Amino acid sequence: MHLQIDRLCKSFGYGSKRKEVLREVSFAVHSGEFVALVGSSGSGKSTVMRLIAGLDQPSAGSISIDGRPVTAPGSDRGMVFQKYSLYPWLTAAQNVAFGMELQGRSRQEIRERTAYFLEVVGLADSARRLPRELSGGMQQRVAIARALAAEPQVLLLDEPFGALDIQIRESMQEFLRDLWQRTGLTALLITHDLEEALLLAGTVHIMAPSPGRIVRTVSVDLDRSSMGHLRISPSFLALREELAQNLRSLEPALTC
Amino acid sequence: MPEFQRLMRHPWALGILGILTVLLLWWITTANGSVNKLFLPSPQAVWQAGQQQWSSGLLLKDALASIQRVFIGFAMSAGLALPIGIAMGTNPVICRLLEPLMGLIRYMPAPAFIPLLIIYFGLDELPKVLLIFIGTFFFNTLMIMDAVKFVPRELMETARTLGGRTLPILTRVVAPFIAPQVLDTYRINMASAWNLVIVAELVAATEGLGKRISLAQRFLRTDEIFMGLIVIGLIGLLIDLGFRALMRRACSWAN
Repeated sequence: MHLQIDRLCKSFGYGSKRKEVLREVSFAVHSGEFVALVGSSGSGKSTVMRLIAGLDQPSAGSISIDGRPVTAPGSDRGMVFQKYSLYPWLTAAQNVAFGMELQGRSRQEIRERTAYFLEVVGLADSARRLPRELSGGMQQRVAIARALAAEPQVLLLDEPFGALDIQIRESMQEFLRDLWQRTGLTALLITHDLEEALLLAGTVHIMAPSPGRIVRTVSVDLDRSSMGHLRISPSFLALREELAQNLRSLEPALTC
Repeated sequence: MPEFQRLMRHPWALGILGILTVLLLWWITTANGSVNKLFLPSPQAVWQAGQQQWSSGLLLKDALASIQRVFIGFAMSAGLALPIGIAMGTNPVICRLLEPLMGLIRYMPAPAFIPLLIIYFGLDELPKVLLIFIGTFFFNTLMIMDAVKFVPRELMETARTLGGRTLPILTRVVAPFIAPQVLDTYRINMASAWNLVIVAELVAATEGLGKRISLAQRFLRTDEIFMGLIVIGLIGLLIDLGFRALMRRACSWAN
């Protein structure tokens, strides 16, 4: 699988109200890679995600998967939103099964895959519970299971832990790292949290606002065997600090 | 009196107490003879009028006639309002096309259509059913449209990224999400339907609870008028409770 984003541009509005949100964003994601886009709000990172998901159309540039252009949403790109994306009238298991039912898979297959992916995200015991009976972290794990069960070629994660408390956030980051290592999934993560991006992604693209663009790309080659150690290792902290300064220098002056 | 206190904590206790109080005041007022029986019949007289109409079969026949009109008219209204309301709520073009029109007709009082309906369709069942339809359809549609506009965008977009097309998204995401509000809309507008059937029967009908009331007026039978009013209220209350029970069972996730 090869996701290619080529000179992507996006503007909203017309005439004098026209606002340029993205300018010539290009990058690629290959099978098994974990790529992150990091930027402050207004850097257009969520717009990039929506364009890749096919929920919006670019003003210019192209998105393709294995050479086929992306024009509409499809189950080859699974998406996990920040919040409010579980169907509140369906149980955890029914939520996981939902995408597979839309795909028209057989009942037997849906039952087996639902059980399997609930197991993968550690929620086999909660299969019959409604979303409102699950914690925020559990809800996001169901959303991830639902996206994975539809067998996407790439998983799009739009600030998936942005609405969670810090402790839950850290355990969810470890969960996602484990999941990536176990299942070999391909993922594109959007986050404003530099630490989260460095912990999880092998390639981190840093985006700057007005207009949104990629200003720096970093390959993160760190030992990820223990996240607890990684968080406090000197090389990790040095890299984080350097990039944090970089990000701060991109912020528009506060006086304007 | 701990038993009494426990009894009063029952959710219905105060409501029943309120009704009993009014009944008691009514009985006292009529029992001491201070009010002309013609204006305010006693509860016993109303009860007797009810028994009499029940044993002659009139009450059941009238009630069924009214219920049938309400049921047919409201079923047409509810059944048509659901797809049109969903279409208006999800499609901005359809919404801009129909919303001003419906907003206008909604403010035309339905009883004002009665003369037209009689000219067009005579005095049969059709004009009465259509009156109920006209009086509830536009409210049903606009309220369903509003409910659709509150479906979180993420829920629909998630379905799209899972490979869902328009029709499955409408039936499997939008429809279940708005189900509680739709049932509530129906419950509220059912009260108008019930009002309108009586209005239609007051104007022209051979049977029905409204017809019975207007006949009773001609013969100054206030006991029968009271009886009719109470039966209308009770049937309305039962329908309301039915909708609430349905909502609790079908939409427990929303509570």
